[in-house]
Amino acid sequence: MGVTRSLQDSVLVGRLEWFVNWARKSSMWPLGFGLACCALEMIAAFVSRYDLSRFGMEVARPSPRQADLMIVAGTASKKMLPAVLRIYEQMAEPRWVIAMGACACSGGIYKNYAVVQGIDRHLPVDVYIPGCPPRPEALLDGILQLHAKVMQEQSIRNPRITHIKAAPR
Amino acid sequence: MNQESMKERLLSRFDRDVVTDAVEFRDQISLTVAKDQIIPVCRFLKEDPELGFDFLSFVAAVDRRPAEPRFEVVYQLYSIEHNHRFRIKALVEESADGSASIDSVVGIWPTADWHERETAEMFGITFKGHPDPRKLLLPEEWTVHPLRKDFPLEGTEQDTPDLPVKGG
Repeated sequence: MGVTRSLQDSVLVGRLEWFVNWARKSSMWPLGFGLACCALEMIAAFVSRYDLSRFGMEVARPSPRQADLMIVAGTASKKMLPAVLRIYEQMAEPRWVIAMGACACSGGIYKNYAVVQGIDRHLPVDVYIPGCPPRPEALLDGILQLHAKVMQEQSIRNPRITHIKAAPR
Repeated sequence: MNQESMKERLLSRFDRDVVTDAVEFRDQISLTVAKDQIIPVCRFLKEDPELGFDFLSFVAAVDRRPAEPRFEVVYQLYSIEHNHRFRIKALVEESADGSASIDSVVGIWPTADWHERETAEMFGITFKGHPDPRKLLLPEEWTVHPLRKDFPLEGTEQDTPDLPVKGG
């Protein structure tokens, strides 16, 4: 093998932190769930035309225990919120959240009593993707932004908040 | 059977104090029915062979605040057999404590069950004699009626919290 041959007589030195971050961002498995119309754009980003697997993300996990990334794709109604928080709690750390679309970012056009006015009232959001709905390119860009953010992280003893926020009163 | 003859058929059976008003708009007639006579009127609409309204398409309400009486409960009827439609309304006044009530028509059309549950929670109108008067869409612990005109659009943190309040 070419790689083995070229590495045979050498020692590679690098930062463990960089390596851990690189491994995390290169196989970040998203949770396969969607709340509303944004989920269709997310599905479009997964399949062949946009092909998320180019970024090591083709395995959307149906189980939160195997997922690293929650893409909140769509309108979170107040009846749905307890289920979303429960799924998030079941994800193993480290875990990341993308708020996809205007509704997940801020409630969007649903400025009313039935819809959570932004999922960041309850979840620690890493990347916000505006749009109604955002095109798959926008989701890809958001994911790449998250990858860049992960590469900047302190992977060992990370002070990042990953717990659910208390509801503002 | 056209709209005019449906109206005549109802008026031939019920007095003027039962069928109180008829409004025609774009070739459709809306009959207003006295609220305490809603059951006999609906039963006649369903069981009369010429009318034959065997299907209740929809039940909803309208908040006419500040008009009096405040609420209208609207019944959209359809006859599968004759392929014709009709609309009746009942005016429901708001009592001093903010409640309102009308008889349930679930006994006539079972499909009214969920329509009346939704109307009940959204407008705070009690459907007397409803077999299962739980909430349909809203969280069980909410006490507000979001489709009333005096309800604030976004609700409040106290009345419509994001999450169920524990131990509240």
